[in-house]
Amino acid sequence: MSLLTVSGLSVRSGPSVLVDGVSFEVSPGDRVGLIGESGSGKSLTALAVTGLLPPGLTATGEVRLDGVDMIAAPERQRTAVRGPVAAIVFQEPLTALNPLMRAGRQIADPLRRIRGLRGEALKLAVRDALREVRLDDTDRIARSYPHQLSGGQRQRVAIAMAIACRPRLLIADEPTTALDVTVQAEILDLLDGLVTRHNTALVFITHDLPVAARVIRDTHVLRNGRVVESGPIDSLIDHPEHPYTRTLVDSARRFDAALERTARD
Amino acid sequence: MALLEADSVGFSYRGGTPALTDVSLTVRAGRNVALVGESGAGKSTLLRLLLGLARPTTGEIRFAGRPLTRGRLREYRRAVQAVFQDPYSSLDPRHRIGRIVAEPLRGLGLRADPARVAAALDAVGLPADTASRYPHEFSGGQRQRVAIARAIVCDPKVLLADEPVSALDLTTRVRIVDLLASLCAERDLTIMLVSHDLGVVAELCRHTAVLESGRLVEQGDTSQVLGSPSHPYTRKLLASVPRLAR
Repeated sequence: MSLLTVSGLSVRSGPSVLVDGVSFEVSPGDRVGLIGESGSGKSLTALAVTGLLPPGLTATGEVRLDGVDMIAAPERQRTAVRGPVAAIVFQEPLTALNPLMRAGRQIADPLRRIRGLRGEALKLAVRDALREVRLDDTDRIARSYPHQLSGGQRQRVAIAMAIACRPRLLIADEPTTALDVTVQAEILDLLDGLVTRHNTALVFITHDLPVAARVIRDTHVLRNGRVVESGPIDSLIDHPEHPYTRTLVDSARRFDAALERTARD
Repeated sequence: MALLEADSVGFSYRGGTPALTDVSLTVRAGRNVALVGESGAGKSTLLRLLLGLARPTTGEIRFAGRPLTRGRLREYRRAVQAVFQDPYSSLDPRHRIGRIVAEPLRGLGLRADPARVAAALDAVGLPADTASRYPHEFSGGQRQRVAIARAIVCDPKVLLADEPVSALDLTTRVRIVDLLASLCAERDLTIMLVSHDLGVVAELCRHTAVLESGRLVEQGDTSQVLGSPSHPYTRKLLASVPRLAR
């Protein structure tokens, strides 16, 4: 059974249609990419899937997350699947982290709320969560406020929060776009290892095709709110069919080729 | 000819550890230079010194062979202009594009000639009616074109470009890189590019300098530095670049 079924999802803001009839499925352990540029509707799709659309936007169509209708179900039911079933990591960890709360307490929060851990067990679970995102200096990190951490460390803390309760689906929305290139490579490796180890399904949202190619298997290319092409990422890169996908692939190849020329000269 | 030189430049923020140590870098006419490095490497500090916004603690910045002094700043500003990363924060939302693009002309005490503004907009591929519109009417890529038009309106010799395409989508990135390359070819303009995107560097710059923790660890021909990097940090940067399946 699929973990997430999206069929005919549309998101509107007044008269304008921002997401237009998007359909896709995610089964346990899948790695699905939503690829598109600014205004393609990829982030709104992720927010609609988790029932987190900002006020003023309305979703129609069907989104079933572990059987729960994320559009029509009451808030209480939607909240119940967020966290245990699906968690989300955003581009800018500073927006996900509370600046006034130490990192350890922020990771402890979902563990207390969802897994009901207390006392020593909670402390140990926080430490494990930090080790899992390879923040080995656990005590110092747990005591730190977000501003005392580097960008890469913050994103690791945000990932630790997201996966602390072992969600079956992890949605990552441009999780490395704000990071330096070496840190980006580390975070991609980390995500790759985590979803493999726990057999977590991954929905990875990005405008950056080469970044996507590093972590996902299947992909949907979005443009102006619509899916223009879907398929395994390898064949999509080798044989893009839609002109827009071709433009994306050609753009990425331009910079690849420039780098390869330097290696040949 | 050396347009712009940093000669053994060091810089410390008040009471802090050195942000730059013994940095020597030359921008020659017609030879685009890339300054590569990550957050905290000192790229922005070096840029501030090159823009004349701060003075080096040791060493000196030279322009056209002579030290950059306060008295030469006007001449300098006419010859050296800048483009920044974020086209949303670098354009004043309350002003029309025409006024924004004319800014350097007014700042230099030149006439804000609408014909020059129109020519600059045309050079970056924007229609003439852009001048009467406001920044919010434009996409990120178009705003970056406006920022580039503003930078070239006074016909500078050097364009200091601080991560000019890293906030842009991939397809837009290609178009802006093409634009920068064609401006260099047509206008006797040399770019000093600050970037962590090695693909863009390889596409645009002949010379590459790698900055790590305030020191230049490697510099030379881009084909040399990126083709056969000798410093471990350069190798790590190269290995981190995401690429399509080889």
